[in-house]
Amino acid sequence: MPMLNFRILSPEHIIDLNKVSDLFGIKENENHLSIGSMTRQSELLNSPIIIQSSPLISRALGYVGHDQTRNRGTIGGSLCHLDPAAELCIVASAYNAELTVTGKKGDRVIAMSDWPVDFLTPALNDDEILTNIRITPWQGSHGFCFIEFARREGDFAIVAVAVLIEITDHVISKASIALGGVAAGPVRLHEVETLLTGQSPGQELFKEAGLLAKKVDAMSDINFSTDYRKRLSGAFTERALHGAMAQFKGEGEGHG
Amino acid sequence: MSVRYIGAEVQRMEDLRLLIGSGRYVDDITRDRMLHVAFVRSEHAHANIKNIDTENAKMLDGVHGVLTYQDITSSFDLKRMGQLFPAPVIEQNITQYPVANEEVCYVGEIVAVVVAENRAIAEDAIEIINVEYDVMPAIIDCRLALEPNAPKAHKNSKDNLVGIIRTSFGEIDKAFKTADHIFRRSFLQHRGGCHAMECRGVVAEHDRSENTLTLWSSTQCPYLVRRSLADYLGENEESIRVIAPDVGGGFGPKAGFYPEEIMVPFLARFYGRPIKWIEDRHEHFVATTTQRDQHWDVEVACNADGLIKGIRGEVTHENGAYVPYGFLLPFTSLTPLPGPYAVPAVDVSLKAVFTNTTPNSPVRGAGRPYAIYAVERLIETISKNLKIDAAEVRRRNFVKEEQMPYATGALLRDGSPVKYDSGNYHSCLDKALVLADHASFKDRQSSARDDGRHIGMGISSYVEDTGLGPYEGTTVRVQPNGKVLVRSGSASQGQGHHTFIAQIVAETLAVSLEDIVFESGDTGKFPHGVGTIGSRIAVNVGPSAYEAANAVKDKAIKLASETLEAAEQDLELSSGKVQVKGVEDLSVSLGDLARTLSPKAGGKVPSGFVPSLEATSYTGSNGSPFASGTNVAEVEVDILTGNVKLINYSVAHDCGTIINPKIVDGQIIGGVVHGIGNALFERMIYSEGGQPLTNTYADYLLPLATEMPNIAIVHEESPSPLNVLGVKGVGEGGTIPATAAVVAAVENALEEFNVEIDYYPINPQHLTELIDG
Amino acid sequence: MEPWPSLKEREKGMASRKISLKLNGCEVSATVEPRLHLADFLRHTLGATGTHLGCEHGVCGACTVNVDGDAIRSCLMFAIQVDGKNVTTIEGIANPDKTLHPIQEAFRKHHGLQCGFCTPGMIITLEAFLKNHPNPTEFEIRKAISGNICRCTGYQPIVAAAMEAATNLKNQGQ
Repeated sequence: MPMLNFRILSPEHIIDLNKVSDLFGIKENENHLSIGSMTRQSELLNSPIIIQSSPLISRALGYVGHDQTRNRGTIGGSLCHLDPAAELCIVASAYNAELTVTGKKGDRVIAMSDWPVDFLTPALNDDEILTNIRITPWQGSHGFCFIEFARREGDFAIVAVAVLIEITDHVISKASIALGGVAAGPVRLHEVETLLTGQSPGQELFKEAGLLAKKVDAMSDINFSTDYRKRLSGAFTERALHGAMAQFKGEGEGHG
Repeated sequence: MSVRYIGAEVQRMEDLRLLIGSGRYVDDITRDRMLHVAFVRSEHAHANIKNIDTENAKMLDGVHGVLTYQDITSSFDLKRMGQLFPAPVIEQNITQYPVANEEVCYVGEIVAVVVAENRAIAEDAIEIINVEYDVMPAIIDCRLALEPNAPKAHKNSKDNLVGIIRTSFGEIDKAFKTADHIFRRSFLQHRGGCHAMECRGVVAEHDRSENTLTLWSSTQCPYLVRRSLADYLGENEESIRVIAPDVGGGFGPKAGFYPEEIMVPFLARFYGRPIKWIEDRHEHFVATTTQRDQHWDVEVACNADGLIKGIRGEVTHENGAYVPYGFLLPFTSLTPLPGPYAVPAVDVSLKAVFTNTTPNSPVRGAGRPYAIYAVERLIETISKNLKIDAAEVRRRNFVKEEQMPYATGALLRDGSPVKYDSGNYHSCLDKALVLADHASFKDRQSSARDDGRHIGMGISSYVEDTGLGPYEGTTVRVQPNGKVLVRSGSASQGQGHHTFIAQIVAETLAVSLEDIVFESGDTGKFPHGVGTIGSRIAVNVGPSAYEAANAVKDKAIKLASETLEAAEQDLELSSGKVQVKGVEDLSVSLGDLARTLSPKAGGKVPSGFVPSLEATSYTGSNGSPFASGTNVAEVEVDILTGNVKLINYSVAHDCGTIINPKIVDGQIIGGVVHGIGNALFERMIYSEGGQPLTNTYADYLLPLATEMPNIAIVHEESPSPLNVLGVKGVGEGGTIPATAAVVAAVENALEEFNVEIDYYPINPQHLTELIDG
Repeated sequence: MEPWPSLKEREKGMASRKISLKLNGCEVSATVEPRLHLADFLRHTLGATGTHLGCEHGVCGACTVNVDGDAIRSCLMFAIQVDGKNVTTIEGIANPDKTLHPIQEAFRKHHGLQCGFCTPGMIITLEAFLKNHPNPTEFEIRKAISGNICRCTGYQPIVAAAMEAATNLKNQGQ
C-alpha cells in the first residue's frame, strides 16, 4: 500500500484476497503445518499451534512491525515483498519452508531456498499467487533462537539470524542457521551447519561457528557497510547458538 | 478572594475537543466549491527547465488548470519572494520564485501547479506532465562548495557564499598566547527537519464582493504570512486575513512564508473558487525548510586549572538553495557562545554556504544546539585532557549567581550587549547531578564493566536567550455576560497558550478559568502579532496579558467605587465581581460593569470613562530573559553493534517563574526527546547529485516511545527581572543541551577505547569503527 | 505519452462501489472509488476528521482506527475493504452519555497531548491494547505505542496516562 500511496506502483487492477477464506488459517497436519498465505501476522504470533510446534516463528514475529501492521500484514505478503531482512523470510528459510504458488497452469511447489530471485523479487510468475506455506516443525529435542539488530522497535533488521539446533545424546545432530540482511534473500549458512553437526555444543565450537559465519558475502547500502554486516553476522550467529542452547536447557527465551 | 492559578498544575483547556476528535486542522477545513492543488516539483537538484508539456494533463477530466511560470506571469507579477529578515551580512540574497522561472536549485522546488476537483485527480495529472530538464552540476557538501572550482548552486551567482558573520569580544590573541593549554576539536553537526506530525497546508478563499482574501494556514506566524503576502501582492494588509487553525506541531519550519502561501491565494482569485493544498509527507521532506550540516573547527585556550581564557574557531554552515529566513539560523548559532561560562574572549566566525538542497530555517533550538554542543565538547575535552572532573570544570567556569546580570561581551544585532539576567548555574548543575545519582556512577560503571557492559554518563549545561521581541499583545475584555474575552497575537501548536494565559487573567480578575474565552492565531481578531518561535510566547504574552488584565481590574474597581459608593482601596475582586472587602452583598458583577461601559442608544458612558471594560497591552520583556540548566544523560553502549541505549535522563531547568508546571515539564520532555533524536537518529542524507535519499519514515528515523528514556526533572526558579512576571521561555530548553549530553555519555561509556565522536547523529556502524580504532 | 482515459471511462473501469459499514455504532452507506483509502474515506466522504494523516506509508500511526476489534492503519486499507465491518474512530471512543473514556480522562490529567495531532491514533491503539493487556508494565505500553509517533510530548506523559487508564479500567471492571 505505501508503494501505491507514493504512486511508485500504479496497477490497473487490484484483487483483494481478503475474502478468499481458503487462504487463511493454520492447519496442523501429522508432520507439517499448512499455513494459508493470507494468515495474519498477528494470528501467527498468538497461535497456540505455532507456539507449541514452531516457537521460533512467534519469537521472530515479535520483531515484525507493530501491532497495527501485524493485524493486517500477512505471511504471504511478507514472503512476496521479500525485504532482505524480513523476519518471516528468515524463519521460513530456517525451516526449509515449501511455498505453494497457484496459477493458470495449476499449483507448483517452490523450496524457500529457490524463492528469492533478486532484491524484492521472488520466483513468482506474473500469473501466479502464493497460496500456501508448508512448515515442517522440528520433532526431535531442539533449541531455537532468533536475534536481530534494528535501530528502533519494529524497524526492519539490519542483520538478523534464526537458529535451530537439534541435540541428540549431547551432540548436535542437526543445525539450521538462516541469516537475513546480507543478501537479496535469507542465506542459509550451510558451512556453519556442517561444522556444527556431530559436534558437542560448547564455547569454542560456537566461537568457531561465529568466525565462519563472519565470512559470509554481505551487501552494503547507504546506511551500513559490508564489513559491519559481516561483523554482526558472525557475532549474532555465535550469540544465537548460545541462545538456542540456553533455550534448549530451559534457561532462555530464545531471542536476544 | 481569588484562586491562585499562576504556578498551579491546571489541566489544559485545549484538551477536550482534541481528545474527542473535534480538532480543526487545516485539512479538516472544507469550503463550498473548493478545488484542490498539487504541485509539480523538480526531480533534479540543479537544472534549467527546457520545456513543460502540460497538454495531456489539461485535458484530463476533473482538471481545471495546469499552470507554469510562463502561464502565470502573463497576468500576474510572479517575482522572487521577499527576504523575511534582511541583514547587511547577506552578500547574496537569493530567494526563490514561487514557481520556478527556468532554473531549479533543489529537489522539491515547484515547477508547475495543477488545480483539480480532488487531490487524486491532480496527482493523476502530474503523472502525465512531462518536464524536460537540462541538468546542471549540483553542489551538496557545504565545505566543497567553498572551493574555487566548486559547481555553483545558482548558475548566475559569483560563488556559493551567502555571507559571513563573526562573534568576537575580548583579547583573543592574548588569551591564546598566554594559556597553559590549547585544545582543538573538529566535528560535524547535523540537525534534522521539522517532522511535525501534521504536514503543512493552506486553504484560501477570495471574497469577490469584499475583495478580501482569507487564508487558513498550518503556520506558527499568521501575521508574518499576512504581512509577507500583502507586501508581495502590493495590497492592504487589512484585506487579508490569515488564520492558524489547530496546528499539529510547528517546531520552527512552519514559522516562515512559503511559495504555497502565495500560490494558493493567487489560485483562489484566478479560479474564483476556494483552493486547498495539503502537503503530503513525501513533499514535506523536500518542500518544508529544515536544518542540516554545520562543520565546526574550534579551539579552546585554558589554564592548568581548567579555567577557559578563550574560544576561537570557524564554522561552515549549510544554507540550502535559498535564503528565505535571512541569517537567523547562523546568528543563533554564534550568539549563544560561550554558553553559561564566564569566558573573557571569543572569536568565532561562520560562513553560510549555498547548496542545492532544501533551504534551511530554524528547527527547535535553531542555532543554539550547535553552539552549546561546541562549547560542551570543549569542556569535555578540557576535562579529559587535564583529568579534572567534568562537573568541576563547569563549576570553575560558570558565571556565578552574584555576577548577574552578566554581560558576556557579545553584542546582539542591534548593538545592545548580550546579558544574562538571572540564574544559578551552579545550583542547577548540583541538582541535576543529584537527580542523576552522579555520586555513585563511577561504582556502577565499573560494576557494569565487570559484567562486560559499557555504561556512561554525560553532562551538558546551557543557557538560552528567550522571549525574542518586539511584543506579543493581549486584549482582555469583559463581556456583558461576565465572560472574559482574551485575544492575543500568539498562535499555538500545542504549547498550551490558552491555558497558561487564562491562568494569568483568571487569577488577576478573580474569575474561573472556564469564564475565559480565548482566541488567538487569527489576524482578523487581533491587530498586530509576531509569532510563536524562539521560546517567546510566555515571555511576551505573559506580561501583556497580566498588564491588560490589571488595567481591566483597575478600571473595574474605579467604576465599581462609583457604583457602590465605596473607596477604591476598600474594594476587591472575587468570583467575577467587585465587592467591598469581605462583604459579598455589596458587590457588582464584572459583567454588569462591562454593560455599563457599553450602553445602548440613548444611554450614557459614566463620566471620565472610555467605553468598554477592556484593555490592550503590548508590554513584553525589557530584553531577553535567559533560561538555563544542566542535563545529565546515562547511556549503555553495545560495543558489538554500536547501539546506544538511553538508560536515564535528568534535567535541572530554570525558566524563571513557572506559570503551569505540567506544561513546562511537557515542553522539556518533548524538547529533550527531540534532542536525543538529533543525537542518535535523525539524518537527512542527499546523494552527491542532490537526490534526497532518506525521504520516507523507513529511512529517516524519528524517536519512538521504546527508545526514549524516562526524563526526571527538577526546577530552579530564578525569576527574570526583565518582566513583571519573572518568566522565561521554555519551548526549546529541552532540545538545546540534549545532544551534547548524549554524546558526552557515549564517549564516557567508551572511555577505555579513547573514542572521540566526530559527528552526530551517532551511527552504530561508525561507533564500532571508532571503537575498533 | 498515451492519452489518459477520460474520468468517465476510468470511472467505468474503476466501477465506484456501494459499501455499507458501521461507523461508531451507526450504519453508514456510501459510494466510493476503489482507490480511495480508508483514512480519506472517513475524513472526507464521511466527515469524521478526527482521524489524521501523518505519513500515508504506515509508519506514523496517526491514522490508526479500529476495524472489527483490531487497531489498524487506515492509510493502508481501501475504503471498500471495510464493507460490512465495524469501524471505530476517535469520535466513537467516548461513552454513549458523552463522558470521556478513562483513556481520554487520563490523557487530560497527565498532559498526554500537546498539539493533539497524533492523539486520536494513540488513543485507538491504547484502547485496543489495554483491552487485551489489562496489566501492562511501562515498557509494554511503550512497545504498544511504538507504532505511533509523537513529535511533541516525548511519550512519557502518554505512558503515564496509559498506566493510569489501565488501573481505572480494571477498577471499572471494563
